[in-house]
Amino acid sequence: MQTETKANVDQISDGNGGLVTVLRFSGDISSSSHDALLGTYTTVSKSQPVLLDFSKVEYINSSGIALVIQMLMEANKNGQKIAAFGLTPHFQKVFTMVGITKYASLYPDEATARTSI
Amino acid sequence: MVNLNGKPVELRVPSRMGYEKVAMGTAASVAKLMGFPDDRIEDLKTAIAEACINAIEHGNQLNENLCVGVTLSAHDDTLEVKVLDDGNGISKLPSKPDIDRKVHGEEDPRGMGMFLIQSLVDEAEWVKDSKGTGSYVRLVIRLDKETD
Repeated sequence: MQTETKANVDQISDGNGGLVTVLRFSGDISSSSHDALLGTYTTVSKSQPVLLDFSKVEYINSSGIALVIQMLMEANKNGQKIAAFGLTPHFQKVFTMVGITKYASLYPDEATARTSI
Repeated sequence: MVNLNGKPVELRVPSRMGYEKVAMGTAASVAKLMGFPDDRIEDLKTAIAEACINAIEHGNQLNENLCVGVTLSAHDDTLEVKVLDDGNGISKLPSKPDIDRKVHGEEDPRGMGMFLIQSLVDEAEWVKDSKGTGSYVRLVIRLDKETD
């Protein structure tokens, strides 16, 4: 019943001469997403900002949110900025409720996120 | 609004992660028939998913021989949901998650399910079955609540 989480890594311009890493997720973000989220995060450069693309994610539960928080823990240790885009209004509300927005800004779309992070 | 003649919709799902989505889909269908707006249906789906995950993982301890029961009762302006498992229930509600403590490794990054449930529905109570044969969480979501 759980839909496998897939993650792809892209490098995009921030529009100001710098690069931003984008982790593009699809499927579910749940307890079975450890490798897709944290495993993928370990492979990316820690010297540039990271955007999390949730635009192809339909289901996120609290276990998946906990994995996002673990990623924020690692980013915080590395002094790395993380932001997210593509969340539905409902999950924007949920991320805000649990306080994630204190450590990761949420943007409505990729174009806004890449120039704002 | 749908008239269910006071008869609840009942289902039983296996104690296996992922099957909470069956309960989510059923609850969303009932809420849609009752006329709930889309944003409240999303709140309900997340609350029911978290209740089922707790029942699967903690109540029934992932024992696939046990099922999680879900009862959806439509009233005039509310939908009442019960999620039942074979566990002993909870002794006390966990404290509100602290994102600073979580990000600094001072608090388990998990443990947000009950907070989300309480935040997303109008009423939530955790009840131990008086016969000692299980426990349930009872959720109420109102049709006429002002949206955020």
